[in-house]
Amino acid sequence: MLRFIARRLLETIPVLFIIVTATFFMVRFVPGGPFDSEKATTPEIRANLEAYYGLNLPLHQQYTNYLKAVVLDGDLGRSTKYASRTVNEIIADKLPASLQLGGLSLLIALVLGLSAGVLAAVKRNTKIDYLASSFAMTGICIPTFVLGPILVLVFAIHLGWFSASGWYSWQDRILPSLTLGIVYAAGIARLTRGGMLEVLNLDYIRTARAKGASESRIIFKHALRGGLLPVVSYLGPAIAGILTGSFVIETIFQIPGLGREFVNSAFNRDYTLVLGTVILYAVLIIALNLIVDVVQVWLNPKLKFE
Amino acid sequence: MTSLSPKNLPSADLAPAQLERGVSPWLDAWRRLRRNHLAVFGGVTLIILSLLCVIGPWFSPYGYQETNLANTFSPPSAAHWLGTDQLGRDLFTRLMFGGRISLMVGLVATFVALTIGVIYGAISGYVGGKIDRVMMRIVDILYALPFTIFVILLMVFFGRNIVLLFVAIGAVEWLTMARIVRSQIMSLKRMEFIEAARSLGLGTPRIIFRHMIPNILGPIIVYTTLTIPGVMLLEAFLSFLGLGVQPPMSSWGVLIKDGAERMEEYPCLLLFPGTVFSLTLFSLNFLGDGLRDALDVRAAKD
Amino acid sequence: MISPLRLSCLFVCFVGTLLSVTLTGCGKKSPSSASDSAPGSKILRIGNGAEPKDLDPHVVTGVGEHKIITALLEGLVTYSETGDIAPGVAERWEISEDALTYTFHLRADAKWSNGEPVTSRDFARSFQRILTPTIGSEYSYKLFHLVGAEEFNTGKLTDFSQVGVATPDDRTLRLTLKHRTPFLLESLLHYAWFPVHIPTVEKFGGLDRPGSTWTRPGNFVGNGPFVLVDWKSHQKITVTRAATYWDAANVKLDGIDFFAIESSDTEEREFRTGRLDYAYSLPLSKIETYRRDHADTYRATPYYGTYFYRLNVTKKPLDDKRVRRALALAIDRESIIKNILRDAGQTPAYHFTPVSQKFAATARLSGDLAEAKRLLAEAGYPDGKGMPAVDILFNTLDSHRTIAEAIQQMWKTRLGVNATIQNQEWKVYLDTTQTLNYQVSRAGWIGDYDDPHTFLDMWITGGGNNQTGWSNAEYDRLIRSALTQPDEAARMAVYQKLETILADELPVLPIYFYTRIYAISPKVKNWISTPLDNRAWKWVDLAD
Repeated sequence: MLRFIARRLLETIPVLFIIVTATFFMVRFVPGGPFDSEKATTPEIRANLEAYYGLNLPLHQQYTNYLKAVVLDGDLGRSTKYASRTVNEIIADKLPASLQLGGLSLLIALVLGLSAGVLAAVKRNTKIDYLASSFAMTGICIPTFVLGPILVLVFAIHLGWFSASGWYSWQDRILPSLTLGIVYAAGIARLTRGGMLEVLNLDYIRTARAKGASESRIIFKHALRGGLLPVVSYLGPAIAGILTGSFVIETIFQIPGLGREFVNSAFNRDYTLVLGTVILYAVLIIALNLIVDVVQVWLNPKLKFE
Repeated sequence: MTSLSPKNLPSADLAPAQLERGVSPWLDAWRRLRRNHLAVFGGVTLIILSLLCVIGPWFSPYGYQETNLANTFSPPSAAHWLGTDQLGRDLFTRLMFGGRISLMVGLVATFVALTIGVIYGAISGYVGGKIDRVMMRIVDILYALPFTIFVILLMVFFGRNIVLLFVAIGAVEWLTMARIVRSQIMSLKRMEFIEAARSLGLGTPRIIFRHMIPNILGPIIVYTTLTIPGVMLLEAFLSFLGLGVQPPMSSWGVLIKDGAERMEEYPCLLLFPGTVFSLTLFSLNFLGDGLRDALDVRAAKD
Repeated sequence: MISPLRLSCLFVCFVGTLLSVTLTGCGKKSPSSASDSAPGSKILRIGNGAEPKDLDPHVVTGVGEHKIITALLEGLVTYSETGDIAPGVAERWEISEDALTYTFHLRADAKWSNGEPVTSRDFARSFQRILTPTIGSEYSYKLFHLVGAEEFNTGKLTDFSQVGVATPDDRTLRLTLKHRTPFLLESLLHYAWFPVHIPTVEKFGGLDRPGSTWTRPGNFVGNGPFVLVDWKSHQKITVTRAATYWDAANVKLDGIDFFAIESSDTEEREFRTGRLDYAYSLPLSKIETYRRDHADTYRATPYYGTYFYRLNVTKKPLDDKRVRRALALAIDRESIIKNILRDAGQTPAYHFTPVSQKFAATARLSGDLAEAKRLLAEAGYPDGKGMPAVDILFNTLDSHRTIAEAIQQMWKTRLGVNATIQNQEWKVYLDTTQTLNYQVSRAGWIGDYDDPHTFLDMWITGGGNNQTGWSNAEYDRLIRSALTQPDEAARMAVYQKLETILADELPVLPIYFYTRIYAISPKVKNWISTPLDNRAWKWVDLAD
């Protein structure tokens, strides 16, 4: 297993390199630059700004400069949109809020999703299944940009239990985490139910049952392990997405997280910030997919590290 | 407990249909599907909705773009069954037109993503080794590339085009499917019946598509039903970026987004599109579950 | 078991219940401000749009930044309690006979927040800083009225002593202009003319570098009525009353919290729960509710700006004046304002420059639908036949889309002209417009200062903001002569002629004049409305 992980970590280097390179050139080919604004500026001013940010150099030179700074100094450059901030600073500043929101949402998603999914599978085609399944379906049918405002209107404005938005006290964490968590809970519940149903029919479960193993042992020891495979595959990218923040949620609830930077940096043509966020996300995705692969072997002894 | 398919009963009690001989597996599956009332309900609802969206607009006295500024935000009435929107356009008509787009995007783009994802994941998982590693690293790369930038680039280089919509959505939505299928295939690979098929000298494609994929239809169908709403809503984001449907044409995603902004003042504008959207998803889901049960090869194997 | 139908109904009921709960909930509560600050202290909490780019007046360009910077810094002049120009750091000034030299006398008690006096050299070096080429300030052009400023900014002149800024002594600042600038004092209200504390800027990065950390709390040294205490990025910026401010006795508030809130829906909900005293903007969908149920908080005040469509006159069929005129006449502006903008006080635009105290254009786009049809037929497109489809471009925003959809239908049903609609993401839209790669493009313009010149100098041939390809020799000659006119009456007469040319040539289709629509708690006092929506914070008060 250690060899497997070591090899994967080595593979990360070319993968990251390709991602950074592709992104670097992609953002440059998008029309509009960081200094385009509604009121036209003179060519001289633009030239000065570009010179200050090193955007006047030939593209290949900008690219090597960027790579050098990132690899040697871990310096992700200056943001062009937030003039006095560096990308490192912005990420360090915004990531904690996204991690908090993401962590809580993930907790909600896993607890709700897994229990609803397992219940639905075990009590298949009973009222419990229908209830759990329709909860999941409802979560899938209501997009976050509808659910978020509805929760705010009910719990913040009508009932007055929470603030309508903001990220100052612990109460402020509840509504956004719930909104984001429910969406993922729905997906997890559906996949868990599906995966469990597959496994509950397999021979080894029947064998276990025939041997007189207790139902709860069958469910948690055998069925859940096999049934979780699809959920785990789904969770890798999902967790990366949750932890790096959600544009919609952060906008609705006014959360100082990274999710908005992901989208807005692209809109602002803030090249360095786009690259910085992409690198962060790439590292997360790669790490999580690696963890997923390890967990899957653990869940299913039939798999081997290869 | 009246409306259950045989598969849904504890597996020891075999329904008569399964014991009949000489029935083709497809016909058998069809029979089982028909007995699943939820699935039938889902299928019928989908057919009605699709017909309504395809044929309905021809019978509507209004056009999707036809504004009437003197009659904005009118509540449901005999003239406008579901009321009118911010430009006095008939919401019912716009829902039907929007349905054409959303159903097409939802089904076609999902189908594209499904096909790529299943084939890619199956090959990667079955072949394994170096090829698997390269294929999965490509997936990692595609996950990480900035989607917004990708979409703007697509649009700039190829112009506005409905095909691009499928390309853009297909490009992102197949990734998770591929990873799910890969892990399932990998766990199937060492099962006895696959080993047996291999020792019989069956070709790789035949083993994958005839013997393995039918066995993992469950997760595929479940994840597909998760993909469809995502795709339909993604379309709304893409039209924000200028790709996909352009106003005054609309789609369910865009109608829901518009409705969400006015939910307190004019709840109808959210409620009706939201209901149709949900109804579609529920139906797809019932149908998906039913299909999965009906096509379950293991149940037939028993 | 539960029937499928009932399952679906369940869902609909769920959403329905939630919605009805929210519906009964809205409208009942009147916004109340539960202050979370210390008792007795007056903290004004305002929504301030997007996160500021920076707080350096020589770097930023936005409206939200303006609001914060005017709390932290003060220029030569400022706003009076009623919104007129009042002495700021300059206690008085003289204007020379030829109106080309302005001499400002700075007050002795003007201080920086570290206690140092504000001197004329601070201003001169700040002007030098914003004009320094390497800092790349996008608003440096605002100082181009000064002799030599443009040359210095573009690098043609390297000796700043040749620029029209002189400091005979610490308390005298003399500005020499290259042409008459009757609106100079109005321009001075803009932060581009504000001083920065030079030693601080030098300490944290140097005068010629944009984006250093001198603007952070703890570093920032200002001369305004408030000092910077805290800056939580994407959350809020906190300022408190400055003890060193020369007019501190007149400052009413103890502090201001500027909340960075991008979404107006979120902002409105915050306002409704009483966590904001002021919502910068109200969503379109809320206007009627507020006007009806919260009249005490709803405000709609004139705003010095125009919503219009640019026409690309370099491409067929819009190169034909008659076609442009036909399209302009077929827009029902009253209906757009009444039915789409929900009658929030906007006025239909039949000329380009918004009406102000100084100037009201007499030229008017006039004519009826019959004339529009006749013109279109003359241009070779009777009833729109044979006319290629016109494409309306706008940047993605709901209200732009709705107006474009309405205008598309107006052209179709009234003229038989087919139009398509295209939305683009902001920067792509800017690129498409600036490279004249469009036919019709939505735009809006808010005056830089309170004078018609800021609207009419856009259309000079090749001007950076022209972006229509339109060129008119007579127009160019007139706009150049405007600033050399002997008196204001003559200058306004030139603007009247310019408006007449615009109304005849129609390189742009004016649609409506803006209104600032916002919500403000009745507890906020002395909140004046000015055409550019600016005011001096020292006058604003908060009742208990």
